[in-house]
Formats: sequence, structure tokens, C-alpha cells
Amino acid sequence: MEFYPKVYLYRRIVKAKLFIDDNYADAIDLDHIADEAFFSKFHFIRLFKKTYGKTPHQYLTWVRIEKSKLLLKEEISVSEVCYSVGFDSISSFTGLFKRVVGQTPSSYQQDCICKQLEIKTDPLKYIPNCFAEMNGWTKKSNFQEV
Amino acid sequence: MLDQDSAYDFYVNKLGFKVHTDAPMGPGMRWLTVNPPEQPDLEIALMAINEGMMFTKESAEGMRKLVEGGTFGFGVFECNDLLATYEELKAKGVEFTKAPTQEFYGFEALFKDDSGNWFSLGQKGK
Repeated sequence: MEFYPKVYLYRRIVKAKLFIDDNYADAIDLDHIADEAFFSKFHFIRLFKKTYGKTPHQYLTWVRIEKSKLLLKEEISVSEVCYSVGFDSISSFTGLFKRVVGQTPSSYQQDCICKQLEIKTDPLKYIPNCFAEMNGWTKKSNFQEV
Repeated sequence: MLDQDSAYDFYVNKLGFKVHTDAPMGPGMRWLTVNPPEQPDLEIALMAINEGMMFTKESAEGMRKLVEGGTFGFGVFECNDLLATYEELKAKGVEFTKAPTQEFYGFEALFKDDSGNWFSLGQKGK
């Protein structure tokens, strides 16, 4: 099975995908990736989309947005997040983020901060009661003391 | 799970799952759940097998040995393209016990997580 039909084709497409995963923060030249994978640009885009449901450019944008969500959760400023995931304009990052996620980066970050705070102040809202009780927690106990 | 930090790395960084809840519960306790990116409502708890909760010292040791030995198969995941997912996970160091194979019930592969729990990986509509 290691030599199923088109195995080398798959490996080249996967390699290109992993390259985007590892280098999303840099200015990636998608033509260069196609060259590296030994494909013509259009053949590469077609195969990539067939495999992952997105063109390489759409996938790169998606990875950057997903990474930005992780950084926003860590309370890093929106502008810093924007540049560290590879966008070069805050307005285009904010617009794209809102279109994909459904809220602005700062609003998303605020929601994440509230959730983290709530996990600390009201953990039983997130942890099943059966599991909490096994650890000796009750609604009136302070779990840090258990 | 044998180790929650290692499980976090496996499920999040290798499988690409999202962290749903990561709540510290005091010394040595942590409620950690993840979900597949396309199924945000499916919450999978990565629970450590430790003495003190549902396990005695002996039963925890026994359970850890069983998990490590690959006794338990915990579920079936589906992906859009099994061959591409197989190549990607292999490149990330995931151990497969069965390469993609066309069976009478579908196209599937088997892989193990970092603890030894195994899963079937199938392809949608195939």
C-alpha cells in the first residue's frame, strides 16, 4: 500500500501543504511552491484544491486566520498578531478576519479573555459535574483548595 | 491518556484538533478537551489515568498498561482525502498500524495516539 497509485503526487501535494503550515508567517510565493513541487502553477492549484477543498492561496489565508485566533487568545495586541501571522495591513487583516470568523479580531479577543476568566471564576460551567465531584469539588467549594 | 501534555501535542499539533477547554483544577488536575476542527460540538476529553479519581493505585497502573499496549480502540474519524491525510500524519510522526486499505465496508487506515489508543480513519463517502 505504500506504493498506491499516485503516491508521489500525494506526497508532493502534502509537502506543499506542510510548507505553508510551517512558513505561513513569511511572504510565501505560491509560484515558488509549485516549482518546488515540480508542478505547473495551474496543475498545482487544481490538485491542491481537489485534495484540500481550497486553493493554495485560500489555504494560506485560512492558516493565517487560524494562527491569529490562537495568538489573540494569548492577549497579544491585534496589530502585533496581524504582522506576526504574515499580513501586512491591519485593515485588510481586520476585514478578512471579520469575514471569516464573523467578528472583529478585538471582539474575538475580548470573548476569549472573558471565557478564560470564567473558567477561573466559575469552572463548573465548563467541567462536567461528575468529573468535578470525583475530585471533591462541589458548587460551594473553592477548587484550588481541594 | 498517559500524559496530558503529550496528548495535547499529539491531538492539537499533529491531528490539528482545536482546544475546546483547558482548565487547571488544582495540583496535578486538568480538564482538557479538544474537538475536530470540522466538528466544534464534539468534545473529546483527554483524561489522565491517575490514581485518586476513578482509579486506585493498582487499577491506574493496570489501565495504563492496557492503554499503552494498544488494547483500546476509541473511535472512527473521517477525512475528506484519506491518502493525503495518511501522508501528512505520517510526515508528522503519527504511527499507523494499518495503511489505507479498501475494505468491503469502506476505505480505512488505523493509527495510534501518543498513549496507545487506536482509531480508525476513514474517507467520507468511500
